[in-house]
Amino acid sequence: MADATAPYRITGETGEWEVVVGLEVHAQVTSNAKLFSGAATAFGAEPNTQVSLVDAAMPGMLPVPNRECIRQAVRTGMAIDAQINKWSRFDRKNYFYADLPQGYQISQLYHPIVGEGAIDISLDEKNPDASGKRIGVERIHVEQDAGKLMHDQHPTRSYVDLNRSGVALMEIVSKPDMRSPQEAGAYLAKLRSILRYVGSCDGNMDQGSMRADVNVSVRKPGDEFGTRTETKNVNSVRFVMQVVEQEAKRQVAVIEAGGRIVQETRLYDPDRGETRSMRSKEDAHDYRYFPDPDLLPLELDDAFLEECRASLPELPDAKRARYEAAGITPYQAAVLTADVDSALWFDTLLEAGAKPVAAANWTTSELFGALNRTGKDIATSPVSPGQAAELLGLVADGTLSGSLAKQVFEIMLETGDGAAKIVDERGLKQTSDTGAIEGVIAGILAANADKVEQYKGGKEALFGFFVGQTMKAMQGKANPQVVNELLKKALA
Amino acid sequence: MTDLTDLGVAAIRDGVREGAFSAREVANAFIAKVQSAKVLNAFLVETPDHAIAAADAADAAKAAGETLKPLAGVPIGMKDLFCTKDVPATAASLILEGFSPTYESTVSGKLFAAGAGMLGKLNMDQFAMGSSNETSAFGNVISPWRRNDGGNAALAPGGSSGGSSAAISARLCPAATGTDTGGSIRQPAAFTGISGIKPTYGRCSRWGVVAFSSSLDQAGPMARDVRDCAIMLEAMTGFDPKDATSLDLPVPQWEAGLSADLKGKTIGIPKQYRVDNMPPEIEALWQQGIQWARDAGAEIIEVSLPHTKYALPAYYIIAPAEASSNLARYDGVRYGLRDLPEGANLQDMYAATRAAGFGSEVKRRIMIGTYVLSAGFYDAYFTQASKVRTLIARDFEQAFEKCDLLLTPTAPSAAFALGEKQADPIAMYLNDVFTVPASLAGLPAMSVPGGLDAQGLPLGLQIIGRPLDEQGVLNAGLAIEQRAGFVARPEAWW
Repeated sequence: MADATAPYRITGETGEWEVVVGLEVHAQVTSNAKLFSGAATAFGAEPNTQVSLVDAAMPGMLPVPNRECIRQAVRTGMAIDAQINKWSRFDRKNYFYADLPQGYQISQLYHPIVGEGAIDISLDEKNPDASGKRIGVERIHVEQDAGKLMHDQHPTRSYVDLNRSGVALMEIVSKPDMRSPQEAGAYLAKLRSILRYVGSCDGNMDQGSMRADVNVSVRKPGDEFGTRTETKNVNSVRFVMQVVEQEAKRQVAVIEAGGRIVQETRLYDPDRGETRSMRSKEDAHDYRYFPDPDLLPLELDDAFLEECRASLPELPDAKRARYEAAGITPYQAAVLTADVDSALWFDTLLEAGAKPVAAANWTTSELFGALNRTGKDIATSPVSPGQAAELLGLVADGTLSGSLAKQVFEIMLETGDGAAKIVDERGLKQTSDTGAIEGVIAGILAANADKVEQYKGGKEALFGFFVGQTMKAMQGKANPQVVNELLKKALA
Repeated sequence: MTDLTDLGVAAIRDGVREGAFSAREVANAFIAKVQSAKVLNAFLVETPDHAIAAADAADAAKAAGETLKPLAGVPIGMKDLFCTKDVPATAASLILEGFSPTYESTVSGKLFAAGAGMLGKLNMDQFAMGSSNETSAFGNVISPWRRNDGGNAALAPGGSSGGSSAAISARLCPAATGTDTGGSIRQPAAFTGISGIKPTYGRCSRWGVVAFSSSLDQAGPMARDVRDCAIMLEAMTGFDPKDATSLDLPVPQWEAGLSADLKGKTIGIPKQYRVDNMPPEIEALWQQGIQWARDAGAEIIEVSLPHTKYALPAYYIIAPAEASSNLARYDGVRYGLRDLPEGANLQDMYAATRAAGFGSEVKRRIMIGTYVLSAGFYDAYFTQASKVRTLIARDFEQAFEKCDLLLTPTAPSAAFALGEKQADPIAMYLNDVFTVPASLAGLPAMSVPGGLDAQGLPLGLQIIGRPLDEQGVLNAGLAIEQRAGFVARPEAWW
């Protein structure tokens, strides 16, 4: 793969440094029920209203795996071409904390459900010429989320909300394959896109549905890996990039000042734009992982795997290739497929009969421009794919010119009316009536005899002026091609 | 008139059905017995209202001419490890003091659905960790049995289901639930001259049973004879979707299938169970049991279970490891005891609560379990023990290629005096030497009384079967029971 950009380097006092990044992404599984209990998982519910006896770890309560959560993890694994382990097992990770009712988290250390896979990233999704890279995924395993502690509700007490306790998470562990903040950001964005396509995680990072632990180390190019730090719970693509940048700089500064990097857990403070130490390896817990004796090993049969595979939608890379094959520019194909909602909207537009190239041009410029302007997104678009198809159809059959189509679209945005109705009611139909256009041209040429002289004297740029005047006089409804032809004839 | 408390489950069930007496009379008789036997300390909570309500329901059904449920009119005792709705459940530990579950364990729910009433919650070793009932936070149970030496030494009823064994042998209830992790049904049954069966792992749901060691814990009935065990077992077992390790199998009709005829059966005698320092009386009883089996038509062969000697050490790694994790939930945050010293932070509260709430044996096992799972020791202990467990299961599989059932003593001694082994945990752990292997392999195993030793104390024989062959185990138990003719019972001194 061509590397169009120079490798990312940190310039220190002793020379150039390379950053090595791996991400552990926790993605909340889209499921109505928790991983091992039937309790609901909706975001934003009143504290402790979505807690079963199992989630509260009452005596004698037992976990029972929720098949939907398993299915989502398998589908996610398939979406990144990963090895699916037909035999996996749950382990307990033991530690005490008030948000962890069982005193252990049920996770998968030794035998994860998904093995190695990969995600292809482009360093600039919008630029097909930018360098691409394949980032390895080490594994995906499923585990329980913890509850939430609230320390700001009472002067001396902490409150515990167990709504999130037991919610299913996928932990998606990358290999240490990223070498710059941009690569880390692109990987996270691509992963998020894939999860949203698959429907296994809603990707809402601001609601905590997705968060990343960022592993960073630095080394002189070509050296062995350095000691890494892990910055926990980073909740946006931008913050991940900032963490990589800041943490790499910090590590270089520490090493060059004669210090050494200690393996530790750090937190990111977005307000100050820096990471700070949370606990070092010396204080790290001994989690005493062992197979959860309440659960049998998870065995997946072929029928289940086939069902998972059959339920996978077209994924972003495949969709993008299909769009490009239809003649859509790589840039537009990238824009259209970056988010699943836009892609599905665009697919519906194509299904409604719109021509791919014209539809892509219109969607990426007119529609996205209008959405940007009005602060809306594709999900809240005031114009449906069906309405857009109608509009594009009127352009395709010559009823509307490009500029008329813009006008009609503006009216559609304001009124919500269909394009044909607007054209009918407002008489915005384009005319190719040569007689009418010829009459208008004759008047314009007569009124601008001086400019006609100049044009004929070699100032050909004035042609645009005559087109503009003609279109203006025709109130934009003249077919531009016909206007061009007739003008050329009249000025000959 | 017969003393109704002399009747077992089948006799009570049949008597109520036939109208020989009312369920209410039965309940009242046992409630009075429970009242008069407080010195045994077998019950932690008494629930006479529950027993009476169930009895009245049985009597009303009888009066209405309805078909009576399988356990209609039978009042039972419930080991305190089972959560029963709105009745305190402590697992005999201070750390659960004040805890009253809002839910009903699957097993107790099934028993109640079958018509049984509950006389109360039975004392036990704390969190089922113990073989003598001395680890209960609420005082040990005293066995109703005494030695015939004229001394009045208080004896252990066995453990951990010692409240169950004492209550049944003292005729405070005709049957009770027990749980068995490494012998906690079979050893107390042997110590008190009653019967008890641990079914195949997965037969009884663990849902709502306070966990000790999840991969070993299995509920089962304890009663005065084999038939009563079969009746209870039918009511307790069955698939439970709330327990991921529950077996999705129909419940056999074990009572209807009872037969003391062992013709065509081969019974294996594992030579490795002939341990050092085994009292001659145990050896003699074992030989007697072998003869009874032969008399019942069985062929006897010697078999080898070569990894038997590793079973106890493996058990005392696996069970504490699981327990150390299972008991982490008792942290003072949500229920039970909370010790919050002045100015304490979260860690202080954990430490204070768990220090005050857990007894010393529980702490010992949490520490052992934490140790064997910790980084650097995991492979040497937990992984090794898990491998041993697999080898032990394979030993049984290979033995069962040659025989249908195994016959062994249940425990290496008769009941010992309270306090006798308390100072030496290893000596206490050795009590489980014959019962632990079947637990590690998840096999059905039963203890039936075989006779008395020279001091007049009961001794038990253990039958171990193939997975799911509870019928074979019960039938061999029945054959021995019929030939042993065990009728001894403790004289009421309480």
